[in-house]
Amino acid sequence: MTYGIGYASALALTGIAFALVHWHVFSLDWTLGIVFGLALLQILVHFRCFLHITLGRSARADLQLLLFSTLIVSLMVAGTLVVVFNLRSRMM
Amino acid sequence: MLGNLTFDALPFVRAWHSPSINEIIGAGAGAVVIIGAICTFALITRLGKWRYLWTEWMTSVDHKKIGIMYVLIAFVMLSRALMEAVLIRMQQAVAIQTPGFIEPNHFAQLFSTHGSIMIFFMAMPFLTGLINYVVPLQIGARDVAFPSLNSVSLWLTAGGSGLMMASLVVGEFSTGGWSGYPPYTELNYSGGVGPDYWIWAVTLSSLGSMFVGINVAVTLYKLRAPGMSWMRMPLFCWTSLCTAILMIFAMPALTVATLLLAADRYLGMHFFTDSLGGNMMNYVNLFWLFGHPEVYILVLPAFGVFSEVVSAFSSKELYGYTSLVLATLAIAVLSFTVWVHHFFTMGQGANVNAVFGIATMIIGIPTGVKIYDWIWTMFRGEVRFTPPMLFSIAFMVTFVIGGFTGIILATPPLDYLVHNTLFLVAHFHNMLIPGLLYGMIAGYQYWFPKAFGFRLSERWGRIAFVCWVVGFYLAFMPLYVLGAAGMARRTQEVFDPTFRPWLIAALCGALVLFAGLASLFIQLWVSIRDRHANGVPVGDPWDARGLEWATSSPPPEYNFATIPHVSNLDAFYWRKRNNGAYHPADHYRDITLPGNTSMGVIIGVAAAFCAFGLIWHIWWLAGLSVLIILGSWIARSFSRDTERIVSAAEVERIDRAWLAQAAAARPVPRQLEENAANEGLAEWMA
Amino acid sequence: MDGLSGPEFRHVGLNLQDHPSLTTQQVESNIFGFWVFLMSDAVIFALLFAVYGTMLVGTAGGPGPAQEFKIGPAFLETLILLTSSFTFGMASMSMKYGRSALGLFCWLLVTLFLGLAFLGMELNDFAAMFAHGAVPQRSGFLSSFFVLVGMHGLHVTAGALWIIVMMVQICVFGLDARVKINIIRLGLFWHFLDVVWVVIFSVVYLQGLMR
Repeated sequence: MTYGIGYASALALTGIAFALVHWHVFSLDWTLGIVFGLALLQILVHFRCFLHITLGRSARADLQLLLFSTLIVSLMVAGTLVVVFNLRSRMM
Repeated sequence: MLGNLTFDALPFVRAWHSPSINEIIGAGAGAVVIIGAICTFALITRLGKWRYLWTEWMTSVDHKKIGIMYVLIAFVMLSRALMEAVLIRMQQAVAIQTPGFIEPNHFAQLFSTHGSIMIFFMAMPFLTGLINYVVPLQIGARDVAFPSLNSVSLWLTAGGSGLMMASLVVGEFSTGGWSGYPPYTELNYSGGVGPDYWIWAVTLSSLGSMFVGINVAVTLYKLRAPGMSWMRMPLFCWTSLCTAILMIFAMPALTVATLLLAADRYLGMHFFTDSLGGNMMNYVNLFWLFGHPEVYILVLPAFGVFSEVVSAFSSKELYGYTSLVLATLAIAVLSFTVWVHHFFTMGQGANVNAVFGIATMIIGIPTGVKIYDWIWTMFRGEVRFTPPMLFSIAFMVTFVIGGFTGIILATPPLDYLVHNTLFLVAHFHNMLIPGLLYGMIAGYQYWFPKAFGFRLSERWGRIAFVCWVVGFYLAFMPLYVLGAAGMARRTQEVFDPTFRPWLIAALCGALVLFAGLASLFIQLWVSIRDRHANGVPVGDPWDARGLEWATSSPPPEYNFATIPHVSNLDAFYWRKRNNGAYHPADHYRDITLPGNTSMGVIIGVAAAFCAFGLIWHIWWLAGLSVLIILGSWIARSFSRDTERIVSAAEVERIDRAWLAQAAAARPVPRQLEENAANEGLAEWMA
Repeated sequence: MDGLSGPEFRHVGLNLQDHPSLTTQQVESNIFGFWVFLMSDAVIFALLFAVYGTMLVGTAGGPGPAQEFKIGPAFLETLILLTSSFTFGMASMSMKYGRSALGLFCWLLVTLFLGLAFLGMELNDFAAMFAHGAVPQRSGFLSSFFVLVGMHGLHVTAGALWIIVMMVQICVFGLDARVKINIIRLGLFWHFLDVVWVVIFSVVYLQGLMR
């Protein structure tokens, strides 16, 4: 019943994130960090419980694919943010 | 009813109203497209070949036929874009302190279409065609993983090419260059349909390429013959895999860039505008997130071709196979880390530029490794200077020169000096003509006998080689000089008379390159004429090494009567040596093949019409086309009768006929492979 | 050979022994191919997120995130989408263990209903924003917001259409191998959209409401 576990933990993580923002529990920076951390955790939960990605067999093609995609996506997103913000700080 | 479309969109009407040389050239080009289309239709109708074309080619999902159709598109588009290049060179050689014969707006359309076509509708179809044809054969598969998706990709590319051609006849093309930078391509500055043609043609092409990437990657991951581990794959498969991976991850960036530009132009949004919070630098960033991996999408398959060709025509195992594989992988990953070198001058800080400059130079290392590997493969080999081999050698020399100028451009302070000049134009032609076109031509000549069962004329191949190499140096070395002297690229009128000799030399080079293209067509003509003398039906004319040579030429539609088992690299070569080739199977089985489908044609054509509707704001046409696309896709998912079976008896009959041919053929030694004695059976020397 | 019931095949664990025409290789490549497509799609979303990040400051004096985003509807939409992922999971389970196609059909129907409810709420949000003058033409920030969230909505629409097509196919063909494979792929698609939404509510809504 991975779906049940997944659903419960997804609900919990979502609830915490929304609660933190709704009731302003922490300072802005901390909340931001925690919310992003919770999101990351929840993504992992979704991949594990709903999309059935496991570390069990390391040769699995979809796991390799996912890791490689993560690498490329983070290169692209981080690179974009660095370049464009660097540009803005110099031009504005 | 027809949106913004009026009679003034036709170049003939414009030429009638203001008959200048400029307009007549435009009308002439449009007329060539129309007359060409009419002649093709008339010829097919006269020969009564419509049914044959429809059932055997257009609706076919056979990876071999799709590959051939891709290469056909590439040659048609190459011809157009090369003619445009000649026009560009002619204008610049003439227009020194005079306006010349092509007006600025028209000139800008010429360099925009030249670039867009060469990248998206010449290079991409050409390499996709080769990959499509060769990869399944090399890994011992019957087809690609998703044959009908393959057909969709082909027809999306064809639809995009059709749009490029339509822009000659209806309306105009973008004047924003092949990269279409906003805000120039925004509605405020380019109000016509030109950028819309560019956006939708490129979007169709990029969607098609993304599907190709998925298809090729999954094919290589899942459909390799038993025993073919990763490190037993021919190198062309490795480079195809890396190209496919780059397509999967880089094409979406282009799709995002073009669609957001479309959102600006059609919906009045503010992604890249110069007002209301838009940021045009985002476009530059997105475009090159695609654009740099694209460079390696283009050159990697050529690297694969050179590896196959050099190994086959040196009669040696590829030197440093492992290092070539690792270098290919390294290039693929690194290609995602260097995109900023396309816009060092955008305004970001020196540290950012330095990081990307260094990353760029690092890519030179795996590329250098490859060059050494090819040289060492030739060392003490039995090198035969066949046309594909000549192109490979010319590539090695020329590509290294281009690499040196690349290192210059990768240094941000130097890039500040020469960016946007002809130096840059010379550099990327110096990479892509050897690194892509020579590779594609070499691959075309190398695998042609496999696809059609006869060799291409080596004599005309050598003439083409001389033209392509001499033409390249004559056309582009002067551009380095001009660029270093400060001549801006995309200049319609030149003001410094000292540039004249260099520009005339470059024009001569362009004409020689055109002669090179003509030689390729003559070669094809001559070879078809002499096909009986040049026939190599047994299928192994070059004493080559990969599994693609282990079947007849042309191969049966199911490729292999029985799926081969692989136990080492260069599987077919060792099987020949151990007398294991050309034996009948123990027993033959029924073979299931994917059946034809018209979905690909329908989707591709409807997508082109949808784009046309969007370009001219003919909304009903766009909407209807979307419905047709969705409908044919869903209808296809309801079809359960998508396969057909070739009976074991039929397979056995075809296989035994081929084996009898092989048994009757006289083996030829390597020295005589360019001789009519070559029937496609190599003499197996130690 | 049956590669779909072994422990290594975790997706839904189909048993396709009665479909000799489909080999393990074909099934695996079908599902792997869809994974690859999803990753390509993920790049599109990632870049839209990156663009959104760079456009946060591009409000051009127009409405910003804090005024326009409402935590209540966003939370409700999230709950609906998470639940729909769970019900799709139930659909997969009933395809794996169920004796008839009825359970699968009903769970798909529930999922479809939730998906449509999500879309309805999202459109309602958009309409409310439009009413305040927060239209995509107003500023770069709003353009990127509507395109990013709208892109996700478009995917959910495509998913809903796909569910309808699959429900019809279940009626027409029963649970043949191709229907099963397509439902596995549809499931991957649906769960993937959920992952994208997790990023949207964290990066777009929650971050926006904090500022």
